[in-house]
Amino acid sequence: MSDVLAVTEHRRGELRDVSYEVITAGRELADATGGDLHLAVISGDTERFAEDLDREGVDYIHTVSDGEEFNHDVYVQAIEALHAELDPEVVVMPNSVNGLDYAPAVANRLDLPLATDAVGMEYDGGLTVTREMYGSKVETAVEVGGDQQAVTVRGAEWPAAEGVGDAEISAFDVDIDTDAGSTVTGFEEVGGGDVDISEADFIVSIGRGIEEEENLDLIRDLVEATDATLASSRPIVDNGWLPKNRQVGQSGKVVTPTVYLAIGISGAVQHVAGMKGADNIIAVNTDPNAPIFDIADYGIVGDLFEVVPELIEQFS
Amino acid sequence: MKVLVTVKEVAEVADDFEIAGTEVDERYLEYDLNEWDDYAVEEAVQLKEDGPADEVVTVTIGPERAEETIRMALAKGADRAVRVWDDALEDVDMLDVETKTNLLAAVVEEEDPDLILTGVQSGDDALGATGVSLADQLGFQWGAVVNALDFDADAGVASVHRELEGGVEELTDIEIPAVLTIQTGINEPRYASLRGIRQAQSKEIAAKTLGDIGLDAGAVESDLTLTSMYEPESESDATIFEGDAGETAGQLAEVLREKGVAE
Ligand SMILES: Cc1cc2nc3c(=O)[nH]c(=O)nc-3n(C[C@H](O)[C@H](O)[C@H](O)COP(=O)(O)OP(=O)(O)OC[C@H]3O[C@@H](n4cnc5c(N)ncnc54)[C@H](O)[C@@H]3O)c2cc1C
Repeated sequence: MSDVLAVTEHRRGELRDVSYEVITAGRELADATGGDLHLAVISGDTERFAEDLDREGVDYIHTVSDGEEFNHDVYVQAIEALHAELDPEVVVMPNSVNGLDYAPAVANRLDLPLATDAVGMEYDGGLTVTREMYGSKVETAVEVGGDQQAVTVRGAEWPAAEGVGDAEISAFDVDIDTDAGSTVTGFEEVGGGDVDISEADFIVSIGRGIEEEENLDLIRDLVEATDATLASSRPIVDNGWLPKNRQVGQSGKVVTPTVYLAIGISGAVQHVAGMKGADNIIAVNTDPNAPIFDIADYGIVGDLFEVVPELIEQFS
Repeated sequence: MKVLVTVKEVAEVADDFEIAGTEVDERYLEYDLNEWDDYAVEEAVQLKEDGPADEVVTVTIGPERAEETIRMALAKGADRAVRVWDDALEDVDMLDVETKTNLLAAVVEEEDPDLILTGVQSGDDALGATGVSLADQLGFQWGAVVNALDFDADAGVASVHRELEGGVEELTDIEIPAVLTIQTGINEPRYASLRGIRQAQSKEIAAKTLGDIGLDAGAVESDLTLTSMYEPESESDATIFEGDAGETAGQLAEVLREKGVAE
């Protein structure tokens, strides 16, 4: 019972990055528990995926061929059956949108304590995870009790597994009851339209610090004066102040400009997922502890309503 | 149709704060309705205004202090509220998902709703797991991270969009009874009107102990123990411009010109 079972993820025929990251996280943990690392590959082109996932450190890969795309009923039942078969100490799952759609059900069904969105894991006879609270303002160490546990890990916290492994790949037979009352009917791409911010070289991005819709005019003036492209964090789009195609982040666009100027944006992990690849990140924020400063190259700790007018002045 | 909405009062931390033991010092906390729950309440109230729902009930796990926040949801149009709290919960520093599931499932048993809306996550501990765990416990259908909902009352089917990563949405039909975890942006939460606030004063908030909902202290033994809390060490190696607004803006402009993105 010292093994680790890590669950991989794919969408529309492609493995997602986090699949390689759960290998690294799972391997580190298995080294500490002294067990083997098992991977679960569920639905889709499992044979091709399994070959791809056979990286250094993987001991066993179990494929469950049932359906094409993600379906939480299939995932929950497959993991439940694998858990019964392998009796692993820890199940590691991605803290992705689909992870959030099945991991809590897995934990509930198997009666496992669940720690989500781990950014670190330590094992010393028992499992302790590091996780953030209050929008990344604090970090906590959380002991996860019980003999067996379930954890979801945050994306891009562990490096992707590399190299070529020699895992034993086998098909795992499980009877899945697909008579469930939820049916995926399709996919839809959102955020299209006239501008593509992912092509921009200079992005001025505005967050909740702007407070009121009327104040956006100030940012528009800056955008005009500097010939930049306007983008934003999610709340601005949620409020309907800017269209969806301006949103940067996990559920918006991924941008890689030469300069990303983040104004009144705290730097939540889901936002950072969309802009950390910018060459230069500049932050303007009143809070010196805002997480955005951790990834910024330049910063102003100050009030945007004072700084932005001065900045416009510089370019007019 | 009866809709149950789980709502939570969350603590927000001031820019400057201190940590006392494994908690943020109370002096630096402000309490508010969880951002995601605000959207869930709005969605439920709209279901009532549009016809399919006859009653919207909110349920909270929280101490008496939370009633102010619960009233906000009532002022926005929820019909009544249930608040679960117990001395046994007082000393638990981090309620785990299983505990919340047990408590909410017991309330669901009494209320017998057709549809349950929760927020995707709460802004403070951000476990993001309660809704789906609850659904599994109840044997309900579910969908996580829902950012569009179209309800067909005759068929008893919720057609939802699940917001995946990278600007892709999954379209799914979910039969009720179901739990949907609601994402921000699904609607525009209203502000409570003066009339709503007045009406909320006379709406019922039923306080329940563990015993009242048929549970004992064993149901709230948390498997998660917070052993330390600290401010993450800043990994920042940013150049911070010093001076007043004019000076810092000048230095910033210099960098923009240097990088060749603005003239
Ligand atoms: C499943 C999921 C997906 C998500 N996807 C995305 C996504 O794609 N993109 C995204 O952005 N978010 C996303 N989020 C939301 C994310 O978690 C944060 O809530 C959001 O990024 C916060 O936006 P913000 O930084 O603008 O607001 P806040 O976090 O409220 O930060 C506002 C900042 O402005 C500063 N400020 C306030 N006043 C001033 C002033 N006068 N001058 C200067 N600074 C000021 C404050 O100090 C604060 O740091 C997602 C969340 C979930 C759960």
